[in-house]
Amino acid sequence: MTKKSYIQAITDGLDIALGEDPKTLIFGEDVGKNGGVFRTTQGLQDKYGEDRVFDTPLAESGILGLSIGLGLTGWRPIPEIQFMGFTFEAIDSVAGQMARTRFRFGNDKNLPITIRTPFGGGTHTAEMHADNLENFFTGIPGLRVVTPSNPYDAKGMVISAIENNDPVLFMENLKLYRSMKDDIPDDKYTVPLDTAKVVREGTDITLVAYSAEVNESLKVADKLAKEDISVEVVDLRSLSPIDTDTIFESIKKTHKVVVVQEAQKMAGVGATVASAIAENAIMSLDAPIGRVAAPNSVYPFAQAENVWIPGADEIEAKAREILDY
Amino acid sequence: MANESKSAVDFAAIKADLGSNFKPVQILDNDGNVVDKDLMANFSDEELVDFMKKLVWERALHEQTMNFSRQGRLGFYAPTYGEEASEMGTVSAFNENDFLLPAYRDLPQLIQHGATVTEGYLWSRGHVLGNQFKARALMPQIIIGAQMVETAGVALGLKKNGEDAVAFSYTGDGGTSQGDTYEGMNFAGAFQAPAVFIIQNNGFAISVPRNRQTAATTLAQKAVAAGIPSVQVDGMDILACYQVAKEARAFAVAGNGPVMIETITYRFGAHSSAGDDPSRYRTKEEEKPWFEHDPLIRMRKYLTDKGLWSQEEEDKYVDECKTSFKDAIKEADAVEPEKVSDMLKRTFEVPTPDIAKQIAEFEEKESK
Repeated sequence: MTKKSYIQAITDGLDIALGEDPKTLIFGEDVGKNGGVFRTTQGLQDKYGEDRVFDTPLAESGILGLSIGLGLTGWRPIPEIQFMGFTFEAIDSVAGQMARTRFRFGNDKNLPITIRTPFGGGTHTAEMHADNLENFFTGIPGLRVVTPSNPYDAKGMVISAIENNDPVLFMENLKLYRSMKDDIPDDKYTVPLDTAKVVREGTDITLVAYSAEVNESLKVADKLAKEDISVEVVDLRSLSPIDTDTIFESIKKTHKVVVVQEAQKMAGVGATVASAIAENAIMSLDAPIGRVAAPNSVYPFAQAENVWIPGADEIEAKAREILDY
Repeated sequence: MANESKSAVDFAAIKADLGSNFKPVQILDNDGNVVDKDLMANFSDEELVDFMKKLVWERALHEQTMNFSRQGRLGFYAPTYGEEASEMGTVSAFNENDFLLPAYRDLPQLIQHGATVTEGYLWSRGHVLGNQFKARALMPQIIIGAQMVETAGVALGLKKNGEDAVAFSYTGDGGTSQGDTYEGMNFAGAFQAPAVFIIQNNGFAISVPRNRQTAATTLAQKAVAAGIPSVQVDGMDILACYQVAKEARAFAVAGNGPVMIETITYRFGAHSSAGDDPSRYRTKEEEKPWFEHDPLIRMRKYLTDKGLWSQEEEDKYVDECKTSFKDAIKEADAVEPEKVSDMLKRTFEVPTPDIAKQIAEFEEKESK
């Protein structure tokens, strides 16, 4: 066990994947000698060589097109898109191409690609750096979308994503990169890609969240515990597919639920969760499904993040509203 | 009186010179005359007859496919009438280990590269078996330009594998305006990957003429931006198309990086079988001279003069081809329709829990 940040946990996972499978390749903008703009690939080029870890020209569509071609010729690509906002440049490579490959070729061809990309607010980045774009990607059949909320999951999930034989979008939260450290095993371990996790058990209300909002939800759970309100927190971890069974199990116990996301409310992961509950588990509920999400505006300019990103206060207010219903 | 200042740059001269390096390679002219005896010496009589047969095969495929299409027996089809030399000439230069990334008009190349006509027809109709061919290739790409960035990746993969093979792909004149076309060439160039990019310039992107796509006087010169060599070729001359593609392949496979080829050809007919009518956007007078460039005319004339080909042989071969196409469509007719449960099963290697549930639901429906 070693204390590692979220970012170090990812680097550790990448190192293990590169060491285990000579077909794995890491590439993207500044991921080589520079070690990535966040140092996520620090030291990997020195250790594995320029053939395995290399820089590319500055073109996202080219990077993901390159991934597709490498995947079709027997390689296991781990491309990086420097910021999730830049995936707009490469939507076709993801939605129009790689996610469809297995389907198109009737299982004759597949693409074992893991796209790593940072996202998430709270660090005052420039425009198009922090946008929560999972709303787009979770609507793409054939693509898995996952996002860890802590260093342990970050390492185990990045290894699972790389070992998976289908494309995975691996979203890394910028705010979590260096804000937390956990003791994590030094050896290889995996965390399944399509299961949610109950990160705190409770009996009065369920908070369903993912990524940085898991920590905000845990803060609320701590606070309400002082009033003897028992909050269960479910970390989705996978946004596509969504592990609805874990959510249904939880609300059978608590009968109340609030779904939390940092992204805008429109057409989001929270809407998918809420509709799944409404369709399949409405009889477990004693109150409406609460939702906490960002306003339906464009992602805010840096100085306005504090009034825009939903945090513990908003979650607490919504939880109290649902508890008092 | 103002001082006459010396200008730093003569932009007018630079502009006038931009396309000047590109002159189409030609071996046979419109009348079947050999314009380059040295290059012609590369071909044996047997090879020449084989090229003629490929032209006739593709023309017959086009005619029969249009018939099937009118009868409602096929789905999407992009006619290849006029482009036989460009398509058959280039594709013949590659080996079966080479990886083909075709665009939607490139079904004939895919079939020449190893897919069957039946598979081609199934692709046209929209059936997964149309994409499960043995050829080392992707299915025809509908997203214009996507095949170009993927080609860079395939080429880099082949290079990393140490294979004696190249990636080769096709797009049209309109496709050169796409960002992915530039990115694909530029990536392949930056990685010195063995790729051959073939631009089939048939003068039109649906209704938009080539000169509306770009101010560039040639499409070949676009490769300059990627730092890769390029060439124009007479796309109605199968021998020139073959020779240029063969040399491009050899250059790329030897580790010299990618090459771009612009074939200058013409789409004699409609853009697609889906209701496009060229008389809306071009005149008969415009089209007429191009019919004199018909790639079959010059080869037919050259070979007939040499006593290697006759109208009788051609008619017989067309009949053989058409019979095989009719057999192919019967084979396609016999294919079982697709089931939703099978579609769900090929979404992921290991079905996700929600997909597993849907598979079970549909299997139950389908068993009734």
